[in-house]
Amino acid sequence: MTLTASPPPRPARWPLVRALLRQPVAVVTLAFLLLVVVASLFAPQIAPYTADAFDLPARLSGPTARHLLGTDELGRDMLSRLLYGGSKALLGIVEAVLTAVLVALPVGILAGYVGGRFDRAVSFVTDLVLAIPAIILVLVVLTVFPGNMHAAMIAFGLLVAPGFARIIRGVTLPLQEADFVSAARVAGVSEGRIMARHILPGVTRTAIVQASFVAANALLFAVALGFLGLTANPGEPEWGQIVAAAAHQISTQPWLLVPSGGLIALMALSLMLFGNALRDAAAEVGSAAGTGSGAAAVALPAPAVADVVRPVAPDALLSVRDLSVVFTGRGQDTLVVDRVGFDVRAGETVGLVGESGAGKSITALAVLRLLARGGRITSGQVFFEGQDVARLDDRAFDRLRGSALGLISQEPLASLDPAFSIGSQLGELVGLHDRVSGKANRERCLELLRQVQMRQPERVLQSYPHELSGGMAQRVAIAMALAGRPKLLIADEPTTALDVTVQKEILGLLRQLQRETGMAVLIVTHNLGVVADICDRVIVLYAGQVFEDAGVLNLFDRPLNPYTLGLIGANPAHAQPGQLLPVIPGRVPPPGSWPVSCRFAPRCAFAAPQCTAGPVPLLQPVSGHYSRCVRTDELFLNAAPGADHPLPLSPARPGHQEAS
Amino acid sequence: MTVSEVHTNRLAPEAPRKPLLAVRDLEVQYRRRRTDPVLRASDVVSLEVFPGETVGVVGESGSGKSTIAKAALGLAPVHSGSIHLAGRDITHLGPRGRRDLSRVLQVVFQDPNASLNPYLTVERSLAEPLEAHGLRGPELHRRVAEALDRVGLPPESSGRYPAQFSGGQKQRVAIARALIVDPQLVICDEAVSALDLSIQAQILNLLVEQQRGKQLSYLFISHDIEVVRYISDRIYVLYLGQVMETGPAGAVTGNPAHPYTQELLDSAPVADPRVQRRRREEEARRKAAQVTAPADTRPPTHGCPFAPRCPYVLDVCLAQRPPLMPTQEGGLVACHRFPEWKTLRDAPQGVAP
Repeated sequence: MTLTASPPPRPARWPLVRALLRQPVAVVTLAFLLLVVVASLFAPQIAPYTADAFDLPARLSGPTARHLLGTDELGRDMLSRLLYGGSKALLGIVEAVLTAVLVALPVGILAGYVGGRFDRAVSFVTDLVLAIPAIILVLVVLTVFPGNMHAAMIAFGLLVAPGFARIIRGVTLPLQEADFVSAARVAGVSEGRIMARHILPGVTRTAIVQASFVAANALLFAVALGFLGLTANPGEPEWGQIVAAAAHQISTQPWLLVPSGGLIALMALSLMLFGNALRDAAAEVGSAAGTGSGAAAVALPAPAVADVVRPVAPDALLSVRDLSVVFTGRGQDTLVVDRVGFDVRAGETVGLVGESGAGKSITALAVLRLLARGGRITSGQVFFEGQDVARLDDRAFDRLRGSALGLISQEPLASLDPAFSIGSQLGELVGLHDRVSGKANRERCLELLRQVQMRQPERVLQSYPHELSGGMAQRVAIAMALAGRPKLLIADEPTTALDVTVQKEILGLLRQLQRETGMAVLIVTHNLGVVADICDRVIVLYAGQVFEDAGVLNLFDRPLNPYTLGLIGANPAHAQPGQLLPVIPGRVPPPGSWPVSCRFAPRCAFAAPQCTAGPVPLLQPVSGHYSRCVRTDELFLNAAPGADHPLPLSPARPGHQEAS
Repeated sequence: MTVSEVHTNRLAPEAPRKPLLAVRDLEVQYRRRRTDPVLRASDVVSLEVFPGETVGVVGESGSGKSTIAKAALGLAPVHSGSIHLAGRDITHLGPRGRRDLSRVLQVVFQDPNASLNPYLTVERSLAEPLEAHGLRGPELHRRVAEALDRVGLPPESSGRYPAQFSGGQKQRVAIARALIVDPQLVICDEAVSALDLSIQAQILNLLVEQQRGKQLSYLFISHDIEVVRYISDRIYVLYLGQVMETGPAGAVTGNPAHPYTQELLDSAPVADPRVQRRRREEEARRKAAQVTAPADTRPPTHGCPFAPRCPYVLDVCLAQRPPLMPTQEGGLVACHRFPEWKTLRDAPQGVAP
């Protein structure tokens, strides 16, 4: 049995705590909150005075050496009073948060998971409770339980629970449809256990943020009740009363409001910030980032090796040289495309092929300067019709893109605005490129739709994106790309989301458009069948580098790179049922953990010492055929007779009924 | 047991065997409210899986192939028809009754990122099906380690979270979870479709290896006819919720009896530029000779669902739904024009509808 990869790094113990300690905000707020909690709990031991000890000579003194935070109008020590009042406020927070969480979590999860009548009943109650002002209900509770802060805080918890539950329900809804929940059901796990084990952890992050929000509000609510004297007697060392007393002296000693109000504000702020930090830490634990995968490996450009020099082809429409792209995330630069170069000639179809993580889409998007946030081109030239467009400013490049350079993407529906009809979207582009309006504009739109072989183009013009099938939407997207009469169409996985029969139509359409307009096509795909069908030339990418670059017939007839050979061999179309497929072991290394040597060497059946000695160059063993393999000559070109020749591909293609 | 033995064993249709999974006249309808119009995801489908057999279900989006899986797993509402598993009627079984089924029936889904709970370690995910049957303690631990070994993952994997694995490794974990109870049938719903080519081959090999020497059946659902051809003993071809054709894998893909199967095979591009060129030229010749152009794209209410797209369509195809008829190769096909369409295709010059 083959091991897929080296085992992932052992997870650290207490991953949540570690993730939390990595955040400065978490450390500071947690330290502050712990300090307040401990100081409040041990108030009798650490407070310099008792809460009611008078020091009349020092009344309203402000901060002094004897009274660090000053004294009130009776000379009572402010620090001691705040310390003694802490436990009551903290208890109030705990009561409110516990009540809200204990009610909202089960109710929200049940409403989202079970749905139906229970869900509707919960929504009804939620609406009802949200319509009643909280303070009025709490006043009612306090008339029943006079002066009872516990009753008031529990009532507060119950009042915020419905809104809380509604948020939990919203997070539960997509979770209950997740595959892992379906798998648990199929595995015979009981519904209650699924909720506890699979749904609960998924809603925890949201619950933490909500709970910290409730905690901060509960603190302010408890203080407000004390301030009003509803849950505390005048003169009691309680935070609300302390603030009330300070408010009385605002004209004589304004300092008094600073320690009391400041403490409450800092507490509320700390609770919220800590909640956010806890959520982020939990998110980090649930994602790859927190587990140290690749945290150490920052791939910087490998030391330059002597790739075969490819002068810029004078007859090439697009000539890319030494293109490197770096993505920045979490403070790290990760190289994702490493000095890629290729040519596209006029009227030619070139395929960029590779597995996920090879950098094929990013290469294509970098040519168009359409990299996602965080990505930037760090080196290289992009010559279009002999001009280095990488040096153009953004405005000049915008003019080029959309006219001479067109793009179609994998998700045709995503590239159409759902709010506008096809006619208005296409018409806008036509207006932009041809500067025509009215009837001429419409005629050009219809012409474009006919060009992409759309049936009933008049009707399509009036329809909206959601009314189109995937194939029709891709035709519209192609029509939009054609509006600028491009010389080069860049197609990023244009058929991946489509059914095979529709894929065939779209590939046929691209081929015909090329015949009609003479445009070149750069197609990004992972499908070797698509490559064989439509490409004239193929560039195989692996781990951000060009591994092979050849004409399509040469590539399939006589691949000169072990990776290409492995890819072709792994195709089930070539295999006999019951026989195991020839596989490439291991996995594509993600950007950031590329080996310094030949990046395919760890998976390569033909790896030799020279393959792992250092970076390997792109060579041109045969004219017009490039391969990044130092063993090309001995493996593919001068294989000794009787040696283990790496071309195990059987010419027989079972199962392909080729009608003749 | 060698490969060939397994195959001859599997392909003995004469033996009076009982199907492990038998789906009869299944109809699944999705309605959000009682007043909503009926959305048919799968129109009367019948399908059987025998012990030790791999049955492929192939079709495009909207063919209802995944709906069959969901219905068998109790994840989709069955409107009419029946589903029997190991002789037991499971059509309308509740969650409690389904618990016993989990020893027999398991599933592997398409998206490896969605099929594992990100907050559970691999060990806890794998232990779950066993815990549901009351297994605890060191035996549980041993079975988890064994399952990891079966799918080629190192034992240290058990303490890790899904985020630490690649897509292919996650799919291995999902397969380990399905196999840990030693089920008789695993439903693979597009189980390799989201994987890269080199990883797809690894996972296909893993599935084939697991079957060796065991009476394990797969219901393998995929849109990729090449993958289905490779892994299946028998194939069902679905179109808009109806079975168009079924039969031994070699016959269905090597000598298709239904024009839709032919279209699927013709559409899937082969990784060989010369073959692709030849196919294009042949198709251009056929197209030039044929005059039939499908007019309406809506499937007829009574006739064959494929009729609007079919190059061999006759009036009868639009009026009457073709029944499943036996073919010479041991399969069944629902086509009024079988077998004459095959002669028309090979010699299209004389077409005169």
